[in-house]
Amino acid sequence: MTRLAANQRHAVHLTLNGKPCSGEAEPRMLLTDFLRHEIGATGTHVGCEHGVCGACTIEIVGNLARACLTLAVQADGCDVRTIEGLAPAPDRLGALQAAFKRNHALQCGFCTAGILMSLDHFLRENPRPSEQEVRDLLTGHLCRCTGYAPIVRAAMEAAAEMADRPAKEKSDA
Amino acid sequence: MKPAAFDYVRAEHLDEVLDTLNREGGDARVIAGGQSLMPMLNMRLARPTTLIDIMRLPQLAHIERNGDNVIIGAAVRQSTLLAWPELAETLPLVARALPWTGHVQTRSRGTVCGSVAHADPSAELPLVLCALGGEVHLRSRRKRRRVPANDFFTGMMVTTRADDELIEAISLPTNRNACAFREVARRHGDFAIVACAAVATKGGVCLAIGGVGDTPVTREFPRLASGALDDALNTFAYELDARDDVHASARYRRDLVRLLGAELIREVLS
Repeated sequence: MTRLAANQRHAVHLTLNGKPCSGEAEPRMLLTDFLRHEIGATGTHVGCEHGVCGACTIEIVGNLARACLTLAVQADGCDVRTIEGLAPAPDRLGALQAAFKRNHALQCGFCTAGILMSLDHFLRENPRPSEQEVRDLLTGHLCRCTGYAPIVRAAMEAAAEMADRPAKEKSDA
Repeated sequence: MKPAAFDYVRAEHLDEVLDTLNREGGDARVIAGGQSLMPMLNMRLARPTTLIDIMRLPQLAHIERNGDNVIIGAAVRQSTLLAWPELAETLPLVARALPWTGHVQTRSRGTVCGSVAHADPSAELPLVLCALGGEVHLRSRRKRRRVPANDFFTGMMVTTRADDELIEAISLPTNRNACAFREVARRHGDFAIVACAAVATKGGVCLAIGGVGDTPVTREFPRLASGALDDALNTFAYELDARDDVHASARYRRDLVRLLGAELIREVLS
């Protein structure tokens, strides 16, 4: 059994986008705050902090998760993937990101990081989704700018593009 | 919107969970997927001094078939149950209702037993547990006991679980009878304004309603002619003690119970 005392900071080690990283956290520290303030990975956004808006959606051990509903200490030892891991290179957008840009699927961009993480995960598991399936997935996110239609369009376009590409490039979502 | 301070216990053996609960009782809370408890902590509606994480206990992460029952351990995530290959065959009602529990992004973390522990009046899993006559398996250092679903939920987010007890699992009787599920919410995955489950029984239909009273309510309806069924549903809707809130009026909720109830009963008996 490991007991981490409330008012002390404890080492947290995780793999972030394929690279080992570590920081310190009190048990009560949320993973959103750990990523942003301890690690400096500010791509994950903090919206409602009770799991409703979806802005902080990331992947933990290959599963989607709200970072605001996860404690940093719970992610100790885990493989974590965030928006910073999405682009294939610093100067190149992935297919999904490029489709968002083309379709004006973002305006203020606050919700975008979470939506991209959800769609990236979803399209890897469902390479040829129906529009209804994309809309179902998007119920887990709130966007107050776009009205969702351009997001759905971008997702469908990216899905078609990625499904037509050879398998080895598909991780470039 | 940040939790108050607590000690964090990462349990590696079940005894550690039971010992900590035994020692610290109501000051300790068990955390599994965190999809219900973390919002409570963030909003400081819950302020435990110790949080016991059970997600690294492999013995709690099993779905088992035991005779006519399916036993779902405390660390089984909702997405795991939804992907269980035997779900549609053994528990068709669960297969229909579970996609309405939260979103893909929360089902991937949230556990089945966690939703039962939280006992939100509009949650789908407590509703289904009541509709199927399932049981909650509780365990403390002193004893183990099983509580029928309809006795477990005693009020809004209140259950008969004692402070030193862990929900170790729930069990659901295999039920292949005709069944149906419907829900009305602002968005798919939001809290239900009214959720409604129906299962065919020997003499008629068991109807279960969530989101209206403080707990799920079940009622057995015999086979009735159309007019008599409408009257029976009308009486049932009035007995449910519906409340007004920001999402819907009590009257609207009663209307939904009458409408969805009639639809579901006809669907199940057709």
